[in-house]
Amino acid sequence: MERIERVGAAANRIRHHALNMGEVQGQGYVGQALGAADMLAAVYADQLRYRANDPEWEGRDRFLLSTGHYAIGHYAALAEAGIIPVEELESYGSDDSRLPMSGMSTYTPGMEISGGSLGHGLSIAVGIALGLRLRAQSEEGSRARVYNFLSDGELDEGSTWEAAMGAHHHQLGNLTAMVDINALQADGKTDTVLRTEPVTEKWEAFGWYTQRVDGNDVGALLAAFDNAAAQAAAVGRPSVILCDTKVGRGVPLLEEREKAHFMRIEEHEWQLCRKQLTAGSNGKAGR
Amino acid sequence: MSIATPSKGTASTGTAPKGAAPKLKTSAMIASFADPGQKTSSAPFGHALVKAAEADPRIVGLTADLGKYTDMHIFAQAFPERFFQMGMAEQLLFGAAAGFAETGLIPFASTYSVFAARRAYDFLCLDIAEPNLNVNIVGGLPGLTTGYGPSHQATEDMAIFRGMPNLTIVDPCDSVDIEQAVPQLAASDGPTYLRLLRGNVPTVLDEYDYTFELGKAKVLRGGNDVVFVSSGLMTMRALQAAEALAAHKVDVAVVHAPTIKPFDAATVLAELNTDRLAVTLENHSVVGGLFETVASAIVTAGLGKRVVPVALPDEFLDAGALPTLHGRYGLSVQRIVAKVLAELG
Repeated sequence: MERIERVGAAANRIRHHALNMGEVQGQGYVGQALGAADMLAAVYADQLRYRANDPEWEGRDRFLLSTGHYAIGHYAALAEAGIIPVEELESYGSDDSRLPMSGMSTYTPGMEISGGSLGHGLSIAVGIALGLRLRAQSEEGSRARVYNFLSDGELDEGSTWEAAMGAHHHQLGNLTAMVDINALQADGKTDTVLRTEPVTEKWEAFGWYTQRVDGNDVGALLAAFDNAAAQAAAVGRPSVILCDTKVGRGVPLLEEREKAHFMRIEEHEWQLCRKQLTAGSNGKAGR
Repeated sequence: MSIATPSKGTASTGTAPKGAAPKLKTSAMIASFADPGQKTSSAPFGHALVKAAEADPRIVGLTADLGKYTDMHIFAQAFPERFFQMGMAEQLLFGAAAGFAETGLIPFASTYSVFAARRAYDFLCLDIAEPNLNVNIVGGLPGLTTGYGPSHQATEDMAIFRGMPNLTIVDPCDSVDIEQAVPQLAASDGPTYLRLLRGNVPTVLDEYDYTFELGKAKVLRGGNDVVFVSSGLMTMRALQAAEALAAHKVDVAVVHAPTIKPFDAATVLAELNTDRLAVTLENHSVVGGLFETVASAIVTAGLGKRVVPVALPDEFLDAGALPTLHGRYGLSVQRIVAKVLAELG
């Protein structure tokens, strides 16, 4: 229980960071950040091996954000992880900031790739996983793993499935994909834009070790990571955790609002959002 | 390499009356452009990559189901554990190549130029060029080196790639260029694109006082009447045309510019800033390749110099046998000579 509470508290802080960053802009991808906060917390507070003061440490696990516009959530997670200072978050999306609206590796410590042109992350992840495995043959002790965060919208892209085939073909047991299934993309609900279901069966058919969980249930997420670790091998099946999430999770005002890819929140609503988030977290919030 | 055998000079020029010349046949996708009896070297890229990889353990090879057709199979045989078959999936090929580079390895990733330039551009641009990774893109069938028509003829690859920041573009002439370029591509920090010549590749530049230097153009021969600026296999044709023009008492200089970007404007402009007739020669569309690279250098420097392009037309080209097509579109030695003589009046 202590583990779940610890990760849940991290998720709560990530949500607060995201609201604060969103308020600077008045709008943005706050809904996605709130929805994915539990996934990001599970990775950064429980799974990932990294050195906060040395983001380029060669032995680190790699976390690739394929969905560049989720950067708001990722920056919040990087602040939670101590890789960037919390105070820097307010520069999100501002001129000359290290935290641009769409995540880029050349701007931000801890940001491994430049996502945003969707459907790229998993292909890069395949190369990194292959490269790390090759290097591990000569560099003893390298156990680095690769995590690729993608969205269900990216399942529209053919390149995602090229990479899914490639990861299975090359038996990348050191690769874990996490798919945020929030059933929403730019033009509307996923099932009206391009039907991706049955998603579970697709990944199974591509040969991946496939689990589908409530992506806003920290206990379920951690159990899924434990299952994946139990069957993992350097040469083996890649693993995917399909995470059903709710856009705006933790803030009822936003959960109930008509879902939008790029959400507008009025000036007077931000404080209400924070209050709802704090109330909902039952005192787990904040340091 | 098995185009049914044209002897030199029998190709249709497009001006011959119907039925005057026998119809040549296209068979293999990759036709050799070596002249009969010409000295060649087998798979120079594959062997050069093996040699570079022996010296540098960071080098890895990738392909997208075209290992045998890009000479990558030579590397695969020598270093099976450092070769990665990515399947007929070019987006994966270049995304993964970026990933390899992110781990400190030096990938060479091969496919046909058409697929690299047209199909996987977004992956090259954002995953490789923007982070300025040392990924070496190897594109087969550049320009008009296959008779299979527009699906395989990368006549606009340099035009597409010249707009990509950080990318170095190399258009080698022959086996000498390729052998010397490969280790330099591996050693240069950012991404590169090599217009691959594969199979039995002519060996031409060994006859000259020449070494390949990334980013440099070289004067191969001097001449008082005309100056050719050429890249790729058209440097071979430029040298042959220069010989042929000597018989017409026309003295031709040849400047070889294998690095298209960054372009060695200083060397080229020094040669062009004379009263000689200036001609560019390239195995590429007249749009966006060597000719326009030279033209922009001339304008930028404020030189009012006219340049005559020998290049492929701004069209989707015909399918057919290479000698036929090189004659039809003006890349043959005969057509070059005729064009120069017409210009000189």
